[in-house]
Amino acid sequence: MTEFLFFIEVVVAGLLAGTMYSLVALGFVLIYKASSTFNFAQGAMVFFAVLSFVGFMELGLPFVVAFFVTILLMAMVGFATERLVLKPLMNQSEDTLLMATIGLGFVLEGLAQAAWGVEVRRLDLGIGDFPIQWIINSTGLFISALDLTAGLVAAVLIIGLALIFKYTKMGLGLRAVADDPGAASSIGIPLGNIMLLVWTAAGVVALVAGMMWGARAGVQFALVDLALKALPVLIIGGFSSIPGAIIGGLIIGASEKVLEVYVGPYFGGAIEGWAPFVLAIFFLLWRPEGLFGEKIIRRV
Amino acid sequence: MKSVNTDYSRSDVTNFIVLMVVGFAVIPFVVQTDYWYSSIMIPWLCLALAAIGQQIVMGYAGQLALGAAGFMAAGAFALFNLELRLPFVPFPINLVFSGLIAAAFGVIFGLPSLRVRGIYLMVATLASQFFIIWMIDKFGWFKNYDTSGIITAQDIVIFGVEFTTPLQMYLVVLAVVTVMTILAINMARGSTGRNWMAVRDMDIAAESMGISLLKTKLQAFAISAFFCGVAGALFAFTYLKSMEPVAFDIKLSFRILFMVILGGLGTINGAFIGAAFILLFPVVLNTLGNEIFHGMIDATIISSIELVVFGVLIIVFMIYEPLGMAKLWETIKQRFKAKFFKKSEPSKQKDKLVT
Repeated sequence: MTEFLFFIEVVVAGLLAGTMYSLVALGFVLIYKASSTFNFAQGAMVFFAVLSFVGFMELGLPFVVAFFVTILLMAMVGFATERLVLKPLMNQSEDTLLMATIGLGFVLEGLAQAAWGVEVRRLDLGIGDFPIQWIINSTGLFISALDLTAGLVAAVLIIGLALIFKYTKMGLGLRAVADDPGAASSIGIPLGNIMLLVWTAAGVVALVAGMMWGARAGVQFALVDLALKALPVLIIGGFSSIPGAIIGGLIIGASEKVLEVYVGPYFGGAIEGWAPFVLAIFFLLWRPEGLFGEKIIRRV
Repeated sequence: MKSVNTDYSRSDVTNFIVLMVVGFAVIPFVVQTDYWYSSIMIPWLCLALAAIGQQIVMGYAGQLALGAAGFMAAGAFALFNLELRLPFVPFPINLVFSGLIAAAFGVIFGLPSLRVRGIYLMVATLASQFFIIWMIDKFGWFKNYDTSGIITAQDIVIFGVEFTTPLQMYLVVLAVVTVMTILAINMARGSTGRNWMAVRDMDIAAESMGISLLKTKLQAFAISAFFCGVAGALFAFTYLKSMEPVAFDIKLSFRILFMVILGGLGTINGAFIGAAFILLFPVVLNTLGNEIFHGMIDATIISSIELVVFGVLIIVFMIYEPLGMAKLWETIKQRFKAKFFKKSEPSKQKDKLVT
């Protein structure tokens, strides 16, 4: 029985850690849906956002003010990206855009470090990364408060975004642009504004993801590499599906932990680094468009 | 993939011949300081070779791969183990074998390219990067059970002659790079390269013309990994000398990717130009920072600025000159010719772009 309990614990911890991957993947999906741009810079945005947030806090701004100033900053980044990178590259192939966003990622990483320095910073959200007592008492499971918070925050973000997309005029415009940018702009939907909105939303998601990761591992450059783990999440979930990003994150989180605990010891451990990618390869062989993605149709 | 250089193979050849004459006949007599050999020429040639590998899979075959450093690590540690366990085999043969071992990894991790492309393929090739580094890191056998995890490369001995001074090692690297570049140019110009380019430009059309996608793609991955493997082995044995797997992390893969993008996709020239730029630019920036500001700017700030400049350059090149510095060089050369040698009109022929 204790073994089964341990297994449940591993799975739950994995699922909750997976929501953190989901948060990063969510930013990718938002931008991909709206502009079919694969934004490789999302990882750098996570780093840029949370480092700026911590930087503003160190300057003496209160938590809430720093939060909103950072969001404003991310909106400015989105605006600059739209004007200086995406607009000149309109109608270019997806690969060209992808390479341009790799460049954008390096710009953001460099700017963040030049402005705020390179040392690792602690971020204290007031939520400890230790098991919650009443859950231990009632079920015997060890579940970290931070993981649980990340899960809740992810849920709130998803529901919020879903409501905005479904019920606001902006959301309607956004769905129209995602469907057919040409048709949308010909009936007067301002493409530029929609892009700005999407990039800002991706910036907010990046900030939240960065805060969760930063509270656990410290605000440091390694966040950029962690964000690479969002790529297998996207492959499993599909690039254009918000539920896909969530489910993909959960699958990657859980399987990563289970593999590490039960299979890892046979290989000398630390297989977390590549296991998600190999999982993604097998997934690609079975279902290249991901669980919820639109079927990839290539026309000659 | 759009916008790739298509018909610069002739300039590849002439440039290469000029470069080799300078490399073999001029530099050894002119340059005397070891610094130039061990810190600039050797890493430049090694990274250029790796960039040719990346060029083959990305610029010629059009497969978006991001794992060159992984294959370099495979080659480097393969050569270390071959030299350690088979000391009686001559160095050149071991070098070829280490390339072949890397090529085997290339084929395995190239398999997903048969099903997916673009960003999907990039994720699949990232697996190779992480897996190879992890494997070398985890299994002590690859590092001869060294407790520090750092291995020291053996001396290069070719048929009884030791190559240990920077100049000697430079000549070894130059010889290998020369042979392999000639190979690459010939492959790119011959039927192999034409098959790669056909697959790159439109794989369905290529397939219907009887080009086997399976063979062509896997061949590109294998040859690319072979080049990267040999480059990694040389990099480790002549430049790093003592190394741990972390030396070949994802950052190196990104640097090699940048060399190819900035240098110009689909040219051998581009690999050399890009490697020179990516390698020299930080050196220049550091020197400038020290000369002008006398150490007032922190080294970490300078390396951050370096990231920003690389990123901005990539975006600028994507927007204004997707064919990279190799094309820029051609344009400058043509302008120069048109101005000073009135015989030939400035080329009105439009660039043959693949659109």
